[in-house]
Amino acid sequence: MNRTLQEKAPIYEALERFRKQRIVPFDVPGHKRGRGNPELVQLLGQQCVGIDVNSMKPLDNLCHPVSVIREAEELTADAFGAEHAFLMVGGTTSAVQSMVLSVCKAGDEIIVPRNVHKSVINALILCGATPVYINPDVNVQLGIALGMRMEQVEEAILSHPKAVAILVNNPTYYGICSDIVSIVKFAHAHGLKVLADEAHGTHLYFGEGLPVPAMQAGADMAAVSMHKSGGSLTQSSILLTGKGVNADYVRQIINLTQTTSASYLLLSSLDISRRNLALRGRESFGKVSQWAEYAREEINAIGGYYAYGKELVNGSSIFDYDVTKLSVYTRGVGLDGIEVYDLLRDEYDIQIEFGDIANILAYISIGDRMQDIERLVGALAEIRRLYEQDQVGMVSAEFINPEVVVTPQQAFYSHKVSKPVRATEGCICGEFVMCYPPGIPILAPGERITKEIIEYILYAREKGCSMQGTEDPELNNLMVLE
Amino acid sequence: MEMWFSEFHSSHVKFSVRVEKQLFCGESDYQRIDIFESPEFGRFLTSDGDIVFTEQDGFIYNEMVTHVPMAVHPEIRDVLIIGGGDGGVAKELAAYPDIRSIDVVENDKMLVDACRDFFPETASGLDDPRVRIYYNDGLRFVRAKKEAYDLIINDATDPFGHSEGFFTKEFYGNCYKALRQDGIMVYQHGSPFYDEDEEACRSMHRRVYRSFPISRVYQAHIPSCPSGYWLFGFASKKYHPLKDFKPKEWKARNIHTDYYTTNLHTGAFMLPKYVEDLLEEEEQ
Repeated sequence: MNRTLQEKAPIYEALERFRKQRIVPFDVPGHKRGRGNPELVQLLGQQCVGIDVNSMKPLDNLCHPVSVIREAEELTADAFGAEHAFLMVGGTTSAVQSMVLSVCKAGDEIIVPRNVHKSVINALILCGATPVYINPDVNVQLGIALGMRMEQVEEAILSHPKAVAILVNNPTYYGICSDIVSIVKFAHAHGLKVLADEAHGTHLYFGEGLPVPAMQAGADMAAVSMHKSGGSLTQSSILLTGKGVNADYVRQIINLTQTTSASYLLLSSLDISRRNLALRGRESFGKVSQWAEYAREEINAIGGYYAYGKELVNGSSIFDYDVTKLSVYTRGVGLDGIEVYDLLRDEYDIQIEFGDIANILAYISIGDRMQDIERLVGALAEIRRLYEQDQVGMVSAEFINPEVVVTPQQAFYSHKVSKPVRATEGCICGEFVMCYPPGIPILAPGERITKEIIEYILYAREKGCSMQGTEDPELNNLMVLE
Repeated sequence: MEMWFSEFHSSHVKFSVRVEKQLFCGESDYQRIDIFESPEFGRFLTSDGDIVFTEQDGFIYNEMVTHVPMAVHPEIRDVLIIGGGDGGVAKELAAYPDIRSIDVVENDKMLVDACRDFFPETASGLDDPRVRIYYNDGLRFVRAKKEAYDLIINDATDPFGHSEGFFTKEFYGNCYKALRQDGIMVYQHGSPFYDEDEEACRSMHRRVYRSFPISRVYQAHIPSCPSGYWLFGFASKKYHPLKDFKPKEWKARNIHTDYYTTNLHTGAFMLPKYVEDLLEEEEQ
């Protein structure tokens, strides 16, 4: 990475020049620097609406970048150690989908972990490829899905010669990493591309002592949520490509679904955030790791809670752990994660990222302050003092091996009927059934519904797991293929 | 030459003090501290542009947070002051010979050092042999304490700034735990007059009222505070500030004061109707 070059922020600088030129707008957007919509200016401020402008020569065009956006993308690639970088304005969902659409088409197979993000399956609905699932191990105590073991990856690749790519979560929402370096080596040796979902991994590229980021591991593409740990505006994201990828083709794929009116608010936020990460990321994420580590120690000192960290690492299903994540197991104080999540917000004015049945996750980032971390720890101590209960048994969460009968695309476009869950044995599922925890699909469109699966759904529902994704919110009925 | 220090008391009200010179300016991890010399208020210290205390009226809150609980609880031995790095409250407490220990928890060492340099008279309260200063986060400090104090004085004044954490439910709960069975917590309750302050004042009462069995509010007139009117909170596990008030015993101690009297003690709990109303609303 070239530090001197990284001090530039071409899109931001172009917007600054543009503002000083005081150009009269006879183009869109129609609010014309906010004048036509004073209430919007009141809400967002003049600074903000003033740079909500259209693509034009001095500001370049995201669909076909030739000047400042291109330069910003080159700087981004340099900062992340990638061959090429694409600034994305449709969220990491669009980055993930562009990755999948770039490497596979109808008839191909793609290997994905079962705890894959829904956006991947949705991309398969678009392109018609068939998923091959790897069922990650589950940590039974914590009730969370882990990474893919290397033996599982090898087995899947060897037994699916039609597979063209493998997707890796780097890391998972909970901070767990697979051995991405070995996966890349093995996959490349067998002619597969490696795609990394780094929705929770921007900081891996800049911090120290963190798991290996995908580009460094030699992966072919990575979808990076700049707006999560990277500090840019919500909905902005980055797609990175490595050496063996044709960037022009990827641009074509992106342009199939991406807006032709990209927001300069999002683009400039990516530009500035990239500069910030390149220049100060190491220091910032050092602080974040330190805060998370401090919070872990203090939370574990309260008793009852278990804030887990690197000690989980086992060399296979938990190859590495992202220490900036603050995940806390709450069942030790007899409370579900979701209960603690609600108490924190309702009683202590603290909003955390999520709570599932057994865990909470507090997102620590470059925007935090030590005093707020003290508040979080203090509130957890209070919750234990005031609400602690006896521990009760928990549902064991396990993956059931799915039988993919038709592609997600075929299932999506087929005629479907609604049937009571108990009467669906043998049918092909027409929708998603997600079970939280551990936040994995029990069924995805195109999969055979077995007796075992029906029993699991009924059991998990009775135990209070949240079942999501179905048209019927109560999950009395399931949509199945006719 | 005219030189004025100004502070917004609300978005639309500005409070200005003529100053003669600036004596100190420093930036720590927590705040920017300035110290000025003024003809009317003497020296005063500001944190991020807001007055924290002045030489002229600082005695009012130092006395009000100290003598009110001391005249109610008959056996206060161990006291914790959160904030209070200026030493003003410690100095008032030092007048009570029965007090065994005074722990002062201040996160910002720069504040203590600046106070020692520019307010040596007040800061001398920190030199009492019973005083121990802990440079630590107050929330963290109380979290580790259980039934360790008879009195906790929360001297942090600003619910919006770097001391925000001392106006939260988790802090009040942790204080409850850190107090003995008959302990008392006294805290700065803000000013109820301007809209934005009123909301902070309401939420404080709402939180404390639910954390302690007894929670009463009392008042004082402090010229440099927003609207010149300031409230304090009295939260207690056992003693009621008026029913358990012991004026004779307190008078017998013969402690010199300039603001507090036993008559004023009772009067301070008699609040204006609008304040009573807003507090009662939060109790429901």
